[in-house]
Amino acid sequence: MRYTVGIDLGSTTTKAVVLGEDGHVLGRGITNSRSNYDAACQVALGEALINTRFALVAGELAAGGVAETERAALVGALERSFRAEQYRAQLAVLDRELRRCLRRSLMRPPALDAALDRILAAMAAEVTALYAAGARRKSDFFRDLAASRYLELAEGEARAQGLPFDQLASLFDKAILDVESSAEAAGRFADHARAALAASGTSETPLAAAVARVESVELEQAGSVGTGYGRARLPFAEGQIRSEILCHGLGAHAMFPSTRTVLDIGGQDTKAIQVDGDGIVTSFQMNDRCAAGCGRYLGYIADEMSLGLHELGPLACASSSPVRINSTCTVFAGAELRERLSLGERREDILAGLHRAIILRAMSLLARSGGVRNELTFTGGVARNPAAVAALGRLVLENYGELVLNISEDSIYTGALGAALFAHRDAVRGRAGSHAA
Amino acid sequence: MSRVEPTPEPAPRGAHAAAAPGEAQKDSSQRRQKEMIARHYDRLAAAPETGEKSVYTFVPGNLTELLRSFDLLPVLPEINALQSGMRGKSADYIALAEKQGHSEDVCTYVKSDIGMLESGNVGPTGQRLPLPDLLLLSYTGCFTFLKWFELLREKYRCPVAMLHVPYQAEGKITPAMRGYVVDQLRGEVIPALERISGRRYDEDRLREQLRRSAQAEDDLVWVLQSARNVPSPIDAFFGAVYYVGPIFSAFRGTEDAVAYYRELRAEVAERLRAGKGPVTPDGEVERERYRVVVEGPPNWTSFRQFWKMFADEGAVAVASTYTKVGGVYDLGFRHDPERPLETLADYCLGCYTNLGLPTRIELLVRYLDEYRADGFLINSVKSCNSFSAGQLHILREVEKRSGKPGGFVESDLVDPRYFSAANIKNRLESYFQMLEQKRLGATA
Amino acid sequence: MSADLAPREPHSESAESGAPTLTTLVARAEELYRDYRLEAVRQWKARTGGLAVGYLPIYVPRELLAAQGVLPVGLMGGRDDLEIIKGDAYYQSYICHIPRSTIELGLNGSLDCLDGLLFPAICDVIRNLSGMWRMLFPGQLVRYLDVPQNFAPEIGGRFWRHELEALASDLAARGARPLEPEALRAAIAAYNVNRALVRALYALRREQPWKVPTSELYVVLRASLVLPVEESTAMLADYGRLVLAEEGRRPMDQARVLLSGSFCEQPPLGLIKTLERAGCYIVDDDFVQIHRYLRGDIPLAGDPLDNLVRAFLDDGIASPTRYIADGVKGEELRQRSRESAAEGVLFCAPSFCDPALLDQPMLVEAVERDAIPWTAFKYSENSGQFQVIREQAGTFADAIKLWSGA
Repeated sequence: MRYTVGIDLGSTTTKAVVLGEDGHVLGRGITNSRSNYDAACQVALGEALINTRFALVAGELAAGGVAETERAALVGALERSFRAEQYRAQLAVLDRELRRCLRRSLMRPPALDAALDRILAAMAAEVTALYAAGARRKSDFFRDLAASRYLELAEGEARAQGLPFDQLASLFDKAILDVESSAEAAGRFADHARAALAASGTSETPLAAAVARVESVELEQAGSVGTGYGRARLPFAEGQIRSEILCHGLGAHAMFPSTRTVLDIGGQDTKAIQVDGDGIVTSFQMNDRCAAGCGRYLGYIADEMSLGLHELGPLACASSSPVRINSTCTVFAGAELRERLSLGERREDILAGLHRAIILRAMSLLARSGGVRNELTFTGGVARNPAAVAALGRLVLENYGELVLNISEDSIYTGALGAALFAHRDAVRGRAGSHAA
Repeated sequence: MSRVEPTPEPAPRGAHAAAAPGEAQKDSSQRRQKEMIARHYDRLAAAPETGEKSVYTFVPGNLTELLRSFDLLPVLPEINALQSGMRGKSADYIALAEKQGHSEDVCTYVKSDIGMLESGNVGPTGQRLPLPDLLLLSYTGCFTFLKWFELLREKYRCPVAMLHVPYQAEGKITPAMRGYVVDQLRGEVIPALERISGRRYDEDRLREQLRRSAQAEDDLVWVLQSARNVPSPIDAFFGAVYYVGPIFSAFRGTEDAVAYYRELRAEVAERLRAGKGPVTPDGEVERERYRVVVEGPPNWTSFRQFWKMFADEGAVAVASTYTKVGGVYDLGFRHDPERPLETLADYCLGCYTNLGLPTRIELLVRYLDEYRADGFLINSVKSCNSFSAGQLHILREVEKRSGKPGGFVESDLVDPRYFSAANIKNRLESYFQMLEQKRLGATA
Repeated sequence: MSADLAPREPHSESAESGAPTLTTLVARAEELYRDYRLEAVRQWKARTGGLAVGYLPIYVPRELLAAQGVLPVGLMGGRDDLEIIKGDAYYQSYICHIPRSTIELGLNGSLDCLDGLLFPAICDVIRNLSGMWRMLFPGQLVRYLDVPQNFAPEIGGRFWRHELEALASDLAARGARPLEPEALRAAIAAYNVNRALVRALYALRREQPWKVPTSELYVVLRASLVLPVEESTAMLADYGRLVLAEEGRRPMDQARVLLSGSFCEQPPLGLIKTLERAGCYIVDDDFVQIHRYLRGDIPLAGDPLDNLVRAFLDDGIASPTRYIADGVKGEELRQRSRESAAEGVLFCAPSFCDPALLDQPMLVEAVERDAIPWTAFKYSENSGQFQVIREQAGTFADAIKLWSGA
């Protein structure tokens, strides 16, 4: 089976979207970008291909006449079981890497080995519960899930055994890099799927048959396009690279065909994009060289307030009288924050003001790019922040009237989707071209 | 404000510019320009011995013919500053000026110049520049010029002659504006030049210079307008900063300039006949993919890198406003020997940055049309409020009136801290890809 | 005219509502200062049917406007309470703040009571704003006033006179009274009185800064910008009389400082208050400079338009917006420091203000020659936090007090 893929190499995360031959989305994958762009691409693509196979399994079941609710339950259970297997495999690689890092340490208290044994055993014992039906996970990334448990357990070990916590933590920081960037750790569909089936004892069922057929499907890449801030460093040929602007425009158009204006606020920059009825970009503006008002700014504020990034928005939404903040300068943010707190202003009111200030900067970019036209699609990490969304909605209403504001659950994949669509078009055009030749 | 760069390569220390990389690509006009510049700097370096007098002045509203008619040698601090940028010296010069109390907010040409002065006033050819005998403050299109020469006056303590050129806010030159400039030429500038040169004002001599200016201007305009052809034989922004060098600086009205432009015109005519694209430092643009009009000055510290970002994409500048800061000749103005002082006044009043914003917008829209451009790009430089304040409004208006898309990048003239290559490349790529996609969309 | 702040009869206009107290006067001034929508101007227009024309810093010949029955309205951008929603779309981050707020106010309709706007030649940003305004508000009279940099009467004077005549005929074409010499003479006389009162208030502040807090004087000067000259004069006179009579204000142990650099974009009122609370008496400044751009009275005898022109040429201050070499500006600053017995100089300029910031090194050199302590900081009109400035000014004031006490 031929597929095309779009990869969006962002400053924080790398996303991959896989399309089938008909141009529909089959799978999505995401991973932390970190410093190894090549590896991040491989991992994201691997994830997307695994998801693709789940989509294919569902397709097989549907073709076999399995009803939709049953199908969803079956695939859901398989996927949870699969993720548990995958997690175990990644844990095993983490184990190996931790030991390797420990061997290289200059300081090596003998109790450390035993502590690692206990931490890893505890983590392994929790896997089944972590992926049980209805269980909530804080993140989809192995890194985040493993880190929070490891560090918690390490703290306990450090206290109980009098071990240096810093050393345990830094061991993890080193080891996780290799786990995260290892396609081997993420594993192949066939391995985990078989194990998952075996674990659930369903080897002679329609599901098992479907998995067996999907396993044998040859996934052949018919084309790829890369985008994102790190696109110049993607392992793609020049013709397979498109700017984030074009990809975001086309991706947003694919999600919401009536979109005419796209606002993307990411970690490093903000983009205001105008597209026509075909998703073709007609004008765009990006933030100036000063990165004030981007996602990073919120990250900085969260650090200053010792809050998680995802906690900022809900807290800001609790404000009844937002404070006016005039500067979105990251350099001054800390000082301003501390001064306002010391004046007795409420955290939520300050945060509400900050969110409004950020959106005001975005409004300027939107105005520079040609204004806001119906429908407006908001993408990027900040689009997941309810306070930012509320501020945007208010300001758009005040300045441009009542418009449709689209935010997709999958908005983080907008750029990768656009890239995948470009890849798909190129592949179709290329085939048409080769037929003609 | 911002100006033009006469020597394509960082000039070697010592006297004459030797062969630079890519010498094989050099046209004879380029060699001629180098020699002209080298001779000029030799004369400047020797001035303390020969007793020749030098006058520091600015590119927009420069009165080169008048100075030459008194046998005075022009020195253009803007050009020294941009040369310092190209030669990788401006960062240190700016740091020195900031150490002496200059704000990081203000024009980096000024700071680079002050830093250079404090570091021994060694010019672009590695030779020491003479102290000014006069600062001719032609306040044309840039408020910062006033402050710049106020600061230099504190350092040099030499006489200053002020020429206030009124701004074309209403988009026209009125008799009162022209009369004011002529009054100042007669009442302030010429007497000051007479005093330092010890010569009487000789109008016939001035006319001679002006006649030659007009000749050179004809050829320059022909060269700039050759970019109306598809493909264009020249790059009218990066490439053209070399072409405007002589006429914007110390050579307008000289025999050298006449010969240079005649030769340049012949070379461009030959390229045009052969169907060749522009020459860049990294070779010829073989396939013209995008035709763009550029508004704003170049960045000098990463000039070649910036140019390469265009050339690599097959983007050719077919017209630019920066190449009009030392005179807008393509709208028909020529120096007129029959009205020597009035023509100098009209020249000063007509420089690009002395034009009101509505006029600038009209000019850009006109260029987009006449040069069959796909779009326009604004390089917004931090240093230059004269150019930059209002550029975002220009962007919107030109897009609206022309229906062609505008791109926007930010940098600085000579402060390398304000050139973020990754950022600029990202925006340029996005912009060119947008042009490409629009074109595909239009034909699909 | 000499300082004349002696007690006098309450101004007739305020008689019916009773004479103002210091509290009510300052409250009214602050209200006028804070009123972005220029209600006072709207009321004046409704009352008189006259034209109102706004002007930007720092100098325009208000006398000429007044003589034609036009209300000159001083615009000085925004404050920290103006949210910039549209204005930022027009400007890059490295450009000062005043044009953003001016555009914001234009676009949000606050300035729609103005029949025109004057943009004096002070810098490239304001210059270019004039062109933008022409395009954004085609219904208004927009004039760039190219104040001459040549001060010879037969050259720069001739040009300036021509500029003023052109302005006068533009105003007349919009329905203002034609410019008549007698009316101009009367307007000059009225503004002479007005400026003399401002000079007197500055003199009083130099002598007894505790009587005239700058944060208070400042709002009175700002309020004056939107009032017809007679009302402004009455307010200034009342204010002078009232502060003189105010017995409760006693001297405190504060450092006497001269503030330099705030002639165009204005600091928020909170910044001025911060400086005072940090232990500074501001004994001289360059806020709202239109009131003091001309040093003395304009003569009344002779051709009034010539007199107006000559006043600009001969009697203007050494403004950073003029080319003045040979250390004249530094000398003037030193002289002002001496006259105001300033113990220190605060260089307080808006970020990205070319005229102020490019002048600063020369001015610093001048005050250092007199061994006057100085410190420098930047602001923008919407600065919302003053903690750093408070600490800096406080330390500076403490250092001065220690020094002078030693």
